[in-house]
Parts: sequence; structure tokens; C-alpha cells
Amino acid sequence: MKAIPTGKFKMGSEEGKADEKPVHEVTIDGFWMGAYEVTWDLFEPFLYKDFEVTKSTEGKVPANVDAVTRPTKPYLDMTFGMGKEGHPAIAMTHYNAIQFCKWLYERTGVFYRLPTEAEWEYACRAGSTTEYAFGNDENQLGDYAWYSDNSDGITHKVGEKKPNAWGLYDMHGNVSEWTYDQYDANFYASSPAKNPVNKPTTLYPHSVRGGAYDDEATALRSAARLASDPAWKQLDPQIPKSNWWFPEAPFVGFRLVRPATPPSKSEIEAYYNQAPIADK
Amino acid sequence: MNKSNLQQQRRDFLKASAAIAGSTMLSSIPLMGHSSVNDTIKIALVGCGGRGTGAATQALSTKFNLQLVAMADAFRDRLDESYKDLSEKFKDKVNVPEDHKFVGFDAYAKAIALADVVILATTPGFRPTHFEEAIKQGKHVFMEKPVAVDAPGIRKVLATAEEAKKKKLNVVVGLQRRYQLNYRETIKRIQDGAIGDIVGGQVYWNSGGVWVRPRKPEQTEMEYQMRNWYYFNWLCGDHIVEQHVHNIDIANWVKGAYPVSIQGTGSQAWRKGKDYGEIYDNHAVELTYADGAVIYSQCRHFEGTSNRVDETFQGTKGRTFLSANNTGKLWDTKGNVLFNHPTKGQANPYQTEHDELFETISKGEYKHWDAERGALSTLTGIIGRYATYSGQVIKWEDALNANNSLMPDTLTWDAKPKILPDENGLYPVAQPGLFQWDKA
Repeated sequence: MKAIPTGKFKMGSEEGKADEKPVHEVTIDGFWMGAYEVTWDLFEPFLYKDFEVTKSTEGKVPANVDAVTRPTKPYLDMTFGMGKEGHPAIAMTHYNAIQFCKWLYERTGVFYRLPTEAEWEYACRAGSTTEYAFGNDENQLGDYAWYSDNSDGITHKVGEKKPNAWGLYDMHGNVSEWTYDQYDANFYASSPAKNPVNKPTTLYPHSVRGGAYDDEATALRSAARLASDPAWKQLDPQIPKSNWWFPEAPFVGFRLVRPATPPSKSEIEAYYNQAPIADK
Repeated sequence: MNKSNLQQQRRDFLKASAAIAGSTMLSSIPLMGHSSVNDTIKIALVGCGGRGTGAATQALSTKFNLQLVAMADAFRDRLDESYKDLSEKFKDKVNVPEDHKFVGFDAYAKAIALADVVILATTPGFRPTHFEEAIKQGKHVFMEKPVAVDAPGIRKVLATAEEAKKKKLNVVVGLQRRYQLNYRETIKRIQDGAIGDIVGGQVYWNSGGVWVRPRKPEQTEMEYQMRNWYYFNWLCGDHIVEQHVHNIDIANWVKGAYPVSIQGTGSQAWRKGKDYGEIYDNHAVELTYADGAVIYSQCRHFEGTSNRVDETFQGTKGRTFLSANNTGKLWDTKGNVLFNHPTKGQANPYQTEHDELFETISKGEYKHWDAERGALSTLTGIIGRYATYSGQVIKWEDALNANNSLMPDTLTWDAKPKILPDENGLYPVAQPGLFQWDKA
């Protein structure tokens, strides 16, 4: 993980869509952020408990890890033929990504969570005020990102392109990344100035950032925002629909944040133990 | 044609269907002939699990005037959960009073009697019996795949499919790739010769597996198997039938034919133990067609391995790749892309199959006869299982005529299924070389 210093930045873009305005100054407390998107290599022992047990020393896992609720096994192949080893884990729901954090907490004792939307943009910009972390020149995007012009329509192994100034890879492109926040197109107009977060209370939409392998360049801009959509689950034939998977969002993944000052145990439990909202 | 003409035509059609169904149908003729101001189409849901509830959701989400009027399930709790979800979502489109909720092994016939169109979505082993009853009662049908789990079941579905044709009853089978645009557009081009004659192919369903429902002490053996049904062949057919039928069906569709013989290999390699019944966790099968083309089929439930669920075929002039995520590509032999179906913004095929079925029914037309092809693709999977379990090369005709039924002789909660656990709770697993596919 990379240390992201406490600091201020200007969130949003006057060049972008309406939901990126107004540009407003935000102060963010320091945190560590995954240099890479979470890969299948890390995600699968959470997804498949039998697999985790098989790979574990002495063929067992601690009781607290064993007790973590695991995703239902995905009906389809959730790599969609795009590759697994070293590739970002994809198509998980917001709830699934948070439960992965919980599993990792039980495994390591360290509190990990999703970035807030503001933390994500702050980390993506890494001090820049331009449309992309490296500047405004779209022609350079291929050096930093997998997107529709160079991806051949698939995800790529994490960390193959250039990182941003704070050492974070694939913030632009490869897969879009979950943030913790509820997506609200008007949130910036009333956003708090310090550590803003739009706490999610409904199942849709959540804010997703960074653009993906199948996006045009403009969707990869540091300020660009995407809202999660129930249509991402339409290939789920069951009712209630899975709390765990978005079979039509192979372009969504996530990366981890570890706050510099960990919250209290009760706050941690509150974060991890929110019951899933049924999707009917 | 205006709406009222359409409605009149549909009413006449429903009446005609009922008349053809004959005297056994007398009791339901008033229902089928009934026409309210809004000319409601009545549907019944038989099998109220996640997929059945999903299918009912799609039916009720069509633009036509439908009412869910009856529900049936082996289990009261499954019916109640489904009813709760559907009535919350669709409110007045769900009109199922207590005496139209039927529970138990014989629930299906009573629910079918109350509807114009029935959704059959129980575990696959019961499908032939339920389909036969629905057609006997003169109802249109949406039924989930697979449509049977053994050869006697397939023959029943084929015979019933003939009856359905005679009565002009629409039947849609939930092989939803048949209703998905990337498959339709790509395979149409293949059949028009875009990549020449298909000489080989590979179809896959390699995934991490499915749910498990562990035994509870209060359950009889019958209830346990019914709850943990995926792992018992009389209910599920093994995953080569239950899931992989989707991909096998694409092979048959692309070839425009069914195999003449099948051989293969498989085992329980990864998923062993008392929670997993009798089914294998991997099958690798060759489907040989009359023209000599061989299509390779692979399905497995392993954790931690590479996965894929898709279909590829090679022709004399090029090749193709198809996947449920809306991909459909054609290349010539030099690798030039001939066709590339857009993947974003596509319709939901699970919705399309209901949109098309109810469009047809509301117009009083007869356009859907999926049962036969659904049965023959299901049979292809069943023969695959016969082949991997036995280790023998199996001819299509021999398999179609096999007489061994997997269904228990008696269906009650205290009755014994044909497959039972040993003293350690383990079920017998087919041993190639010893297993007799046409007797066991």
C-alpha cells in the first residue's frame, strides 16, 4: 500500500459533466491505499472457503475467519474469459467488496475499507489539478491506462502501466472502482469540506470511479463519476437477486484503503456488519 | 389490427385450446373462456424457488395484462417467500388467495387448472410429469431447462411436445441464449455460411460450483434430497445436464443437428463428501455428429482454477466465439473480424423470452414450439452423463430408448429415493467401467 498524506485538493472539474460541479475544496485525513486493484489471487480465498482451507497451513482456518459470510458462488464464470492470475477481481457488488474487507480484517486484524469518493479522487489526482493525473493530453493516456483504445476489450494484469505521482497504478482505467459513497449528482453543492462522505442508505446507486477497459478516454478522467445501476444484475435469473454479484458489470472492481487512524472496534463492526439490502 | 380485435382473437384462441383439450378440461373452460374488461391472462407458478420467482417476475413485467392466480411448490416455506416477494413487487397483479396456494408433490395439477399459462420451474426431474399435465389441461407453457433428467423423461417430453403442437399450445423453454441477440445474430450468420461448414468446436461451463444445503436432523431422506437437490440425479441430472445444457444447446444449434454418438470422461475430483450426493464435479465429453464433426464439451465445478463459460466453433472458412455476456464474434481463417456484436446496452434474454411468449399468446397466435429442441439438447447432456459415468461410447438411439427411470416409485416425504447414503452418510458415486448406464 502507498501512504497518502493528509492534505487539501479541489474536487470535481469545471470541464466535466454537471455531476462534477461545483469544484470545491476538500480536506482529507491521511490513509494508505492499495497500489493496485484487488486481484482474483487475493479475492478467491475469500470467495471459495474450501479453496482457502485447502491452501491454508494444516488445512484449516481460524474460527473467526471461518465465520465470515462468503459470497454465494457465482453462477457464471465471473472472469468472463478475460484472465484471472494478476487480473483485477470484478463484478462483485458493493456489499461483496465490503465483506471482502471484513474477511481481510479477520485474517489480519487490520481495518480495511473502501475509499470514500473524495479519498478516491484525492488519491487519483495525487496533487494534479488537470483532467488526468498526468496532465490534460489524452494522447498520453495509453501510457497510464487500459481503456477502449488499447485494451482489446478485456481487463489486464494490474500494474503494467505507469503509476501516478503517489505510486498508485491503474487509477485510470483497467476496472472502475467502488467507492463507499452513495452516488448523488448534486452532492458537491452541499458537500462538507472535511472528509466528506455521502453515506449509503439505499442499494442504488453507489459511486464508481476511474473508468474501465471498455470505456472511452473521457470516462477515465480523475473527476468522472459513474453510478451503479440495477441493470448490471439483469443476467441474474433469480429473485431475490444475488447480494453478491453483478454479472453485467465485468468492468467494476475495487481497491483497499487503510485509514491512518483506525476507528474504534464498535465503529469497525458497524461498518462491516450492515445487513445487505435485498434486491427484489 | 386494433387492441380489441387482438383481445377477441386471443379469447377465441384460448377457448379453442380448451376445446381441443377435451372433456378432461371441462372444469377449466369457464376460466379460460373468461374475459374481464381487461382481458387478463392468468398464470400459475409451479416451482417457487429463486428461478421460478424470477420467471414469474419476468412474466409479470411484460407489457401485457397478466395476473398470477395460483402457486405450487413441494415446500410451504418456499412458496411463502416467493409469494411475499412477488406480491410486494407486483401488488394487484398477484392475486393468489390461500386456497390457490398448493403444497406437496401433487400440488402442480391443481395450480395448473387455474391458469391460462403455466410457469414450470421446479427441480428438473419433475418437469416431464408437469409438462404432460399442463398440455393435457390445454395450457400454454413456459418451462425451465433442463426438461428432464433421464431417457424415459425425455420420451415423455417429446410425446407431450407432439400433443402441444396438435393443440397449438405455445411452449417456451428457458434456454435463454435462444432469445439473446448476440446468439441469434451470430448463429444466423454462421447458418448463412459466413465461416463455412462447422467442423469442430468447444463448449464450456467451468465455474466454482453452486450452493449446498446441509442435512438437518429433522429431515427425512426424501426431504433432504429435495432440499439439497442439486447433488441428486433424479432431481438435477448432474451439472452436465442442469447447467451445461445451455452450452450443449448452442453446439446443437450451430450444427443444426444432434450428435449420433457421445463418449467422455469425468469424476468426483474436488468436491467429495456427504454434502455432495452422487454427482460428478467434472465431465469432458466428445459430441460426434453425423457429418463427422466433433464438438468438445467440458464442464466442471472446481475452486481456484481458471474458469470459462462460453462456446467456440471452427468452420472451413473461419471461426466464432460466443458468450452469455453478449459477445458474438466471427473471424475468417486469417483472423480478420467479420462480425462483432456490441456487448453493451443489450436486452435481458430472461425478459425477452417472456416478452415474446406473452406477445404471441396475447395475439392468439401459435409461434413457440421449443419443447422438442429443449428435450433433444437436454438428452445430449444426459447422454454425456451416461458416457462419463460408464466410460462407454453411447449411441444416440440406444440412449433415447433406455428404460431406466431415476424417479422414486413413491413420492411421499417418508418414501425412499432410489439412491441412499451408506452408514457414513456417503452416496454411491458412479465408477466408470462398472456403472451400467442403461440399468442403474
